Amino acid sequence: MFAYVIRRILATIPVMAIVALFVFSLLYIAPGDPAAVIAGDQATPDDVERIRASLGLDRPYLVRFGAWVFDIIRGDLGVSIFTNLPVSLMIKQRIEPTLSLMLVTLILAISIAVPMGVVAAWKVGTWIDRAVMGFAVLGFSVPVFVVGYLLAYVFALQLDWLPVQGYTSISQGFGPWIENLILPAIALGSVYIALIARITRATMLEVLQQDYIRTARAKGAGQRSILFLHALKNAAVPIVTVIGIGIALLIGGAVVTESVFAIPGLGRLTVDAILRRDYPVIQGVILLFSFVYVLVNLGIDLLYTLFDPRIRY
Amino acid sequence: MALLEVENLQTHFRAADGINRAVDGLNFHVNARETVAIVGESGCGKSVTAMSILRLIPEPPGKIAGAIRFDGRDLLTLSDREMRAIRGNEISMIFQEPMTSLNPVLTVGKQIGETLRLHQGMSSNQAEARAVEMLKLVGIPEPERRVREYPHQLSGGMRQRVMIAIALACNPKLLIADEPTTALDVTIQAQILDLMRDLKNTVGAAIVIITHDLGVVAEVAERVIVMYAGRKVEEAAVEKLFRNPRHPYTQGLLGSMPKLGSSLSGEETRLQEIPGLVPSLKRKIDGCVFASRCSYATDLCRTISPALEEKAEGHIAACHYAIKEAVAA
Amino acid sequence: MASASVLSPGDVTPGSVKAAAPLPDIMPPVKARKGLWGYMYRNPAIAIGGTIVLAMILMAIFAPFLGTVDPTALAPARRTREPSAQYWFGTDMLGRDVYSRVVYGARVSLIVGFAVAFFSSVAGLTIGLISGFIRWADNIIMRIMDGLMSIPSILLAIALMALTRGSVGNVILAITVAEIPRVSRLVRGVVLSLREQPYVDAAIASGTRTPVIIWRHILPNTIAPMTVQATYVCASAMIVESILSFIGAGTPPIIPSWGNIMAEGRALWQVKPYIVFFPALFLSVTVLAVNLLGDGLRDALDPRMAKRI
Repeated sequence: MFAYVIRRILATIPVMAIVALFVFSLLYIAPGDPAAVIAGDQATPDDVERIRASLGLDRPYLVRFGAWVFDIIRGDLGVSIFTNLPVSLMIKQRIEPTLSLMLVTLILAISIAVPMGVVAAWKVGTWIDRAVMGFAVLGFSVPVFVVGYLLAYVFALQLDWLPVQGYTSISQGFGPWIENLILPAIALGSVYIALIARITRATMLEVLQQDYIRTARAKGAGQRSILFLHALKNAAVPIVTVIGIGIALLIGGAVVTESVFAIPGLGRLTVDAILRRDYPVIQGVILLFSFVYVLVNLGIDLLYTLFDPRIRY
Repeated sequence: MALLEVENLQTHFRAADGINRAVDGLNFHVNARETVAIVGESGCGKSVTAMSILRLIPEPPGKIAGAIRFDGRDLLTLSDREMRAIRGNEISMIFQEPMTSLNPVLTVGKQIGETLRLHQGMSSNQAEARAVEMLKLVGIPEPERRVREYPHQLSGGMRQRVMIAIALACNPKLLIADEPTTALDVTIQAQILDLMRDLKNTVGAAIVIITHDLGVVAEVAERVIVMYAGRKVEEAAVEKLFRNPRHPYTQGLLGSMPKLGSSLSGEETRLQEIPGLVPSLKRKIDGCVFASRCSYATDLCRTISPALEEKAEGHIAACHYAIKEAVAA
Repeated sequence: MASASVLSPGDVTPGSVKAAAPLPDIMPPVKARKGLWGYMYRNPAIAIGGTIVLAMILMAIFAPFLGTVDPTALAPARRTREPSAQYWFGTDMLGRDVYSRVVYGARVSLIVGFAVAFFSSVAGLTIGLISGFIRWADNIIMRIMDGLMSIPSILLAIALMALTRGSVGNVILAITVAEIPRVSRLVRGVVLSLREQPYVDAAIASGTRTPVIIWRHILPNTIAPMTVQATYVCASAMIVESILSFIGAGTPPIIPSWGNIMAEGRALWQVKPYIVFFPALFLSVTVLAVNLLGDGLRDALDPRMAKRI
């Protein structure tokens, strides 16, 4: 068991190294002179040279990569071209809203989507099932920012139940914090809910066909016990896997959601950085998000034994 | 009054291309403490009959009609809650595949204990203690250790023993065993059949055993019901049926069974087979359901469906041409 | 031994036999639906999705003939008009006709969707085949794909766009790069499972050359899952395009795309929500239709696959 955990952790190192190499190499892969693109159309040759130097593009590729990786390991993500602040500091300032948004979305999405999928599988073929599946396809089809605007228009502008935009730190109290996060979390969660509900339904349908479910029914077990004790535990591994993979959707969606709801988080930082072509910031944020993603999925892998006694390491 | 009376049972399933009349107009009864076998080829509706008795048929796409009286109550009129109180408690069931019929993520003890907690209101400690006793009863060594194990840690024979323990935990009046030994090795088969017979006497349950294996029938059953294409075609006490089968289908079934030692005695060793296939149950069949495969079938058979008639005392068959003996009225 | 002697001789007549009581129907009969309508009834997702997608394609092709005006024509005097008989979807803050922009915008969204689906399928197929057939390459390729898949695809596309000038071609390229790992993994999975099949073993054993095996046995079997996957990729590409445009990293603002129209309507969304509403509606309906088509194809082409995706 312990050896397995160590092996799994070590196995993520090459993945992270490839992520780092890729994020770093983007500058070189991109067609044209990256320094010129970053500097923009109105830049003077001096500006371009300054950017080239600050990105280290004047140095050989491998030298630059080595130095960059060494810096990352020390926690130094470079300096913003635009603000001249260390990227790690900028990330630190912006991390709380994003973390809050993702956490609330995660809890909200799982607690809505799993029961939705379970009920759809139980009532397969009925209008309840069709409604859940219809909602799921809709969730995949409407872009996050459209959902966001729709929610804000109805619940904030028209009904005035919740604030239109903004973020309040949790240090100001739970009430104002959650109030500002409900609409963004629903908007961000729409795709995620669709994804989890769909996989839950599909897995549950398969599990409910199994012989041991028939055994449970023959024992006189109630519907709730069959669904949630006998079936859901067997369906847990695929569902949890998709929850982990789906974090990628949350990360991508957060970038957009934060723009719609004016939440000063990492997503906004990314969008601002793109508009200013502030490449070190973009690199830093992508690297951070990707590492978090890899680590979350590593954690989920290690959790499998909790759900299925047949999985042994 | 019989323990179980099945009257005009019809179980149909709706499919995209028609209605599958899996069981169509089945009548039979089971007395208390009796062992009845239902025999037939796969697809003849015997498993569906078993599932219908416990109302385990999903509705829709299925639908059950007729009457299933158990201890005088028609199970088809009960509410879901009342039905749940009967399942696993008064009527319990053992299934064909011990490998897949146990829940892989719950311990053996939990799965035996669940029935006890559901129907006898035991606490989980009491249920576990009783689960250990049940494991001992079905002959599993080291029950204290096994009770905490998961199904994948047990062999096929042991799993079927666990299934029997689950089924008998609440001392049911009726045990339905659907092909309980088919998936097991021959040596294990015999052990499981012995175990069922012993426990039947200890618990005092009636058994309905569903099988395609006439060897199993001969070993355990007192009375046999032969099913074909969703209907009963013959019924008799086990010796009568084996000695004197009246329906051409039953004759075919017995003829297709290898006899031990037949090659030594110089008898004709070639096994008979029943030509043709079971007809599709999605079409309504005019006349006798077996006519399409029966070598004696006449135009009469193809137009008029034979009723079940008592051809000899306690011996019922549905064939126009079956020999009738004078039945003492 | 049972024999025919058990049956009685033929003194049985229709009058003397006892007929079984007829059995009632307990369910209403199943209606048979045949022909095109029957197909559409059984596969409503393909019918509905396909019709809408076709309608959108026709709209994009015949945009100039659908009562549109020049979608880029500025008219500052007629800014932010509400929807009316003259301006069906209103005008934006530069006085451009939103209806015309939405109709023309279908071109960009559809081109991006289809192009990404096509290019990522071709690239994914190539990489997947190499990975499935060449053992040493498989390890390297799959590690790279794992790495790429750990970067959330929208972020990857954003990063690529941040380094290039906004153009439809670059948007297609960026989204394609982000989608390739998924398609490659799918193809590789299919190849690896097919390689276990006895008929492929037999072909290898009888000395058939690899290209022939690929052409005869592997490619035909990848078509169904690839088609379904391509449909989903198309839907997701249209969404990513709109997101890229929306945050200002997509197609240049001069070209009307649904994402761009919404990006421009953003500043005014609280007071003039219709500028965002109409492109959002068209985009959502189109993506919905493509997704429905994908679900329908998946169920129709391979029922077993329905469980996996």
